[in-house]
Amino acid sequence: MKNYRTKIISNQEISPGYFRMKILAPDFGEKAHPGQFIMFRVQRSLPPLLRRPFGIFQTGSLPADCDGLPPKEFVEIVYKVVGSGTSIMAELHEGDRVELLGPLGNGFDYTSCEGEKILVGGGIGLVPLYMLAGELIAKGCSVRLLMGGRTRDDILAVTEFERLGVETYISTDDGSLGEGGLVTQVLERKLQEYPDAEVFTCGPMPMLSVVHDICTDYKVPLQVSLEESMACGVGACLGCVVKGAGHTEENPSYLCSCKVGPVFKSQYLDWAALGQNDDSCGGCA
Amino acid sequence: MNELDKKVVKRPNMSVEIAGIKLRNPVMPASGTFGYGEEYAPFLDLEEIGAIVTKGLSLKPKAGNPTPRIAETTSGMLNAIGLQNVGIDAFIEHKMPFLRTVNTPVIANFFGNTLEEYGEVAKRLNDIPEIAAAELNISCPNVKQGGIVFGTDPKAASEVVRLVRKNLQKPLIVKLTPNVTDITVVARAVEEAGADAIACINTLTGMSVDIHTRKPRIANRTGGLSGPAIRPVAVRMVHQVVQTVSVPVIGIGGIMRAMDALEFLIVGASAVQVGTANFVDPAVMLTIIDGIEEFCLDEGIDDVRQLIGSLKL
Repeated sequence: MKNYRTKIISNQEISPGYFRMKILAPDFGEKAHPGQFIMFRVQRSLPPLLRRPFGIFQTGSLPADCDGLPPKEFVEIVYKVVGSGTSIMAELHEGDRVELLGPLGNGFDYTSCEGEKILVGGGIGLVPLYMLAGELIAKGCSVRLLMGGRTRDDILAVTEFERLGVETYISTDDGSLGEGGLVTQVLERKLQEYPDAEVFTCGPMPMLSVVHDICTDYKVPLQVSLEESMACGVGACLGCVVKGAGHTEENPSYLCSCKVGPVFKSQYLDWAALGQNDDSCGGCA
Repeated sequence: MNELDKKVVKRPNMSVEIAGIKLRNPVMPASGTFGYGEEYAPFLDLEEIGAIVTKGLSLKPKAGNPTPRIAETTSGMLNAIGLQNVGIDAFIEHKMPFLRTVNTPVIANFFGNTLEEYGEVAKRLNDIPEIAAAELNISCPNVKQGGIVFGTDPKAASEVVRLVRKNLQKPLIVKLTPNVTDITVVARAVEEAGADAIACINTLTGMSVDIHTRKPRIANRTGGLSGPAIRPVAVRMVHQVVQTVSVPVIGIGGIMRAMDALEFLIVGASAVQVGTANFVDPAVMLTIIDGIEEFCLDEGIDDVRQLIGSLKL
């Protein structure tokens, strides 16, 4: 991990209010692991004061120029405009100077290709799942993506997943794309079909909470990527902690989501406490 | 040799002394913004900064406050972490081995829930030879005990400093809160009680509300405001304290750049602490140190100490 003083390669709106941003980052890709994140400094001047955390969508290299130099390496994030920081980001252009710190945190844990790998993404929460899908497919795993959103505008990058060879299932609350209803209903059906599956998820907290309940019922392992407000991203400020399983007033357990997470095995989290946290939206900052 | 060459050849002295400890330069992190040092080792050479100041330590581990704990505000941030820390035993066992490998003075920030606990932690710090000095926190606004009760009352402040002074065989820095009507009263009290240096300011108590949910934006309801928003208040208070006491003062509050640090030095701070800025740029202290040195070169100053208290009134 290091601090890159770098520049934007591209910044495009891919759906109303959702953007994809490629940032120049030499040697970033070889260090990055699916589920890790970056702390992005929107601009050198104030405001905003603090950096914003973003899940890594993918890393890669641009096609080589004819200048004989090695191809430019980049990290790509996908973000939703939700506040002052992301509003400024939406106005940035190719060549604008930015800073990013990363790759940070602990990502997804995957070792074997036993059983179906089911990825459950809600809205912008699909961001960290894309790199994971790529790695799982490369290992030869069978990967299914269940993607949910409020409307068709909240369903992102599905063709990219399909291009990897991921079987995708779309559901929207209003039925404007895919099947009408909640992505968690699809999950339940898939777990009946594949009882030995392993589930990976990221998305809004109410969705994560239901995914956790379903996976507990079906006794399948679940890894969940959380998003919390962060100041430092490196475990120093202790601002982003979440309660661990077994947390009590007398015997408290607070886990840094930047350092221990952002990906947790779901059994290590205190879901009763997380459920009350309604402002987490998974990778959107 | 022309003028420019002469300036390049002669680098200014950057070292300062605080409470008997020699610092290679006057820039160090503020407690609570730099973990136990190790967290920032990947981003900057810890042997380039003046000192390392640890997260506040207590006798027993402390879990801290409920979440959310932080919220960004205009040019600042509110925090109510609640002094979460590993406790003095785990600090010695797990954090000191790394700190021993770093050739930079370590200042241990500490606090207690009771008067007795303050005394007890002070005693324990004596057992760690590599700790250069202790910074006594009597100013955390976010926990009921553990600070501000002592820091806002000159009598209580005097009592805790006296006890710690008796138990501690190391230089003692006392960190003050700005959440008082007149900071000079507490500053004078802690100096008389035996403080070797004073650090100010800690955060200003603040509050922010989410207008949609109508809930406070941090669970503790109120939090400590830090960042550039508080800098003019901090500069004013450091100025007042410097006018009042004769022990050295460490200036803290919203330093983001070298020019901010210079303001504190000019009003009379012998060193500065950088806090929130570490979150924004993990290597910011190096930029600040370089900037101070460059300022000295530009101004023809051959010793940074000439800047300290050079305010013209």
